[in-house]
Amino acid sequence: MAYALQQLINGVTLGMIYGLIAVGYTMVYGIIGMINFAHGDVFMVGAFLSLITLTALSGFGISSVPLALLLTLVIAAGIASLYGWTIERIAYRPLRGSFRLAPLISAIGMSIVLQAYAQITQGARVKVIAPQIPGGWQIMNMDGFAVQMTWMQMVIVAVTLIVLGIFTYLVSATPLGRSMRACEQDRKMAGLLGIDTDRTISLTFVIGAALAAVAGLLFLLYYGVIDFFIGFIAGVKAFTAAVLGGIGSLPGAVLGGLAIGLIETFWSAYFSVQYKDVAAFSVLIIVLIFMPTGLLGRADVEKV
Amino acid sequence: MSTPMAANVAAVARSSPAAAAFKDAALSALVALGLFGAMLGVLTEATPAGVVLVPRPLLLAYSVAAVFAGRLAWLLFRSRTPTTKAYAGNRTVAEALQRSGRFVAPALLAFAVALPFMAGRYGIDLGILVLTYIMLGWGLNIVVGLAGLLDLGYVAFYAVGAYSYALLAQTFGLGFWTCLPLAGILAALWGVLLGFPVLRLRGDYLAIVTLAFGEIIRVVLLNTVSITGGPNGISGIPRPTLFGLKFSADGGPGTFSGFFGLEFSPTHRVAFLYYVILGLALLTNWVTLRLRRVALGRAWEALREDEVACRSLGINVTVTKLTAFAMGAGFGGLAGAFFATRAAFISPESFTFFESAIVLAIVVLGGLGSQLGVALAALVMIGGLELFRDLQDYRLLIFGSAMVLTMILRPRGLVSGRTPSVALGKRQEISAELVAEGRG
Repeated sequence: MAYALQQLINGVTLGMIYGLIAVGYTMVYGIIGMINFAHGDVFMVGAFLSLITLTALSGFGISSVPLALLLTLVIAAGIASLYGWTIERIAYRPLRGSFRLAPLISAIGMSIVLQAYAQITQGARVKVIAPQIPGGWQIMNMDGFAVQMTWMQMVIVAVTLIVLGIFTYLVSATPLGRSMRACEQDRKMAGLLGIDTDRTISLTFVIGAALAAVAGLLFLLYYGVIDFFIGFIAGVKAFTAAVLGGIGSLPGAVLGGLAIGLIETFWSAYFSVQYKDVAAFSVLIIVLIFMPTGLLGRADVEKV
Repeated sequence: MSTPMAANVAAVARSSPAAAAFKDAALSALVALGLFGAMLGVLTEATPAGVVLVPRPLLLAYSVAAVFAGRLAWLLFRSRTPTTKAYAGNRTVAEALQRSGRFVAPALLAFAVALPFMAGRYGIDLGILVLTYIMLGWGLNIVVGLAGLLDLGYVAFYAVGAYSYALLAQTFGLGFWTCLPLAGILAALWGVLLGFPVLRLRGDYLAIVTLAFGEIIRVVLLNTVSITGGPNGISGIPRPTLFGLKFSADGGPGTFSGFFGLEFSPTHRVAFLYYVILGLALLTNWVTLRLRRVALGRAWEALREDEVACRSLGINVTVTKLTAFAMGAGFGGLAGAFFATRAAFISPESFTFFESAIVLAIVVLGGLGSQLGVALAALVMIGGLELFRDLQDYRLLIFGSAMVLTMILRPRGLVSGRTPSVALGKRQEISAELVAEGRG
């Protein structure tokens, strides 16, 4: 019981990080219908940017941890946004209106470029960072097993919820969100009605990249270890989460992220750590057999 | 680039091209400064005491200057040459390539057959590598190019073939030629196994499930240590024989050199392996070309164009999809068995998503459905990767950039024309823009 509760806490924390990345996938998919394979690598670059900013800030003598983290969050998200914008501009915009597989290959190419870029500029060795927020809150102690929620986990959950709250407000109640939803429904019609679709798509990438950078910072703080390859694994998991939740659906992405996080954690805890990826992917396949559009996805009407 | 934007740029460029280009380049340099500022400007050095930052201002300055100069040069160059002319040139190249297609294919084949007599050991090895990818590309082409089913986990079948051969050979002592068809059949069975659950899925849902399938296979291979050796892989996989003749140095009557009375040379085995993969690749090509003419092949292409229309015409979509998966997987398995016997050592390291991505890129860069295009794309990509081997990490940077650039310049691939498999009267080439590429 206590053990399960502990796993629940761990699983939700991990799921939050996956959810943040998955939102970026699902948003881009909803608006231009492409799998942005480079998104996982934007997350990785975000983690590196966070590492650099955090180290630089401590070098400048900013010793207050909350202030340093807040500044890192803003700076890393800002620079990562620029990455998102540039990638869209270079690799995807020229292919707008081209056939479906062209942007996919372009995205895979971009993902390879970003990985090589991080490896060349920052080296292939893993980077380790000391825990920034030690300690935790012991919820209960049952039969000698202490259930603990670390401050770090609380920060992760809180930051994710705040960021997702801002994001939900942005999508549901601002003119930008309205244009985004309009472009998602019918890009041509939205264009005819005077929405600058190119700008809206650019901003979608910018927001997605910012969310991925936040996830990168949280990942860095939680695990304390990053290298140039984390983007692939996290990206595949987050994409799985997005598909599981129903690709194109924003609440679905978060739900899928939580589901993948929980499955992985519980499987590792009760069965085997080695097969946690197999468990997550198997659940995806099983869910898709019975619900071919994911948990919260809409079935699209098909016309000949 | 969108038309109003292009018109805008053109208008500004007319008023004062140099000033506008200068402004644009300065803006690009500013963006580059933002992008590279942290990643290039600072190196994170992992020391025992934690991460230490090492500033690299010179590198950053050079990179930003390079972006500025590059952008300026490109803009000035473009303002001198009218855009229409560039496009026309591009089209002539494409048309010339298509017209010469009839001669390029036999020429390539002749070159492929003659290669072992002309090239040295390194050249033949490179030829084997390229041919392996050509075969994988042709195999995946059945699934993606003909049936229009997006498969991101093709490497799984390559792995199944390789491990099937390795395990059959080591457990039961079977030879390469017995195991080769078995490996193909086993991989085809796995293809059907994957095909079943994904029958109802479309497009990108299919993509993620196949990707997941590829990862599952890799993780299973990595962790069933007692059978597959886990991360250590399987070594000492037997080499193929020519009708029972071994390629070994002892020179007895049971060996190739002894039987034919030749001086032993390790090149014999390499050349033999080369012809084996050439034969296997040509088999894949031949089967594909033949299948395109019968009902099944035409059903694949119909499925790619429109699944609903297909169903309403009475085509059995289940059988069509499953056979496409099985055929593609079977050829992947044959290539895998060949890979195992050539390398004599396999480990899960060789079967990562990166391989799937390369093969898919070969198929798309080649122009989906075009056999010649796939061969050319494999030659260019794998040859290019080998060519830049000395550049180490930069190799992948160049490789990825080349993928992006090729898609931007030729989104429909190198050979983007389509010739119908069956036609009344004259078989006429049509543009690739007129066919879909699988929403299935």
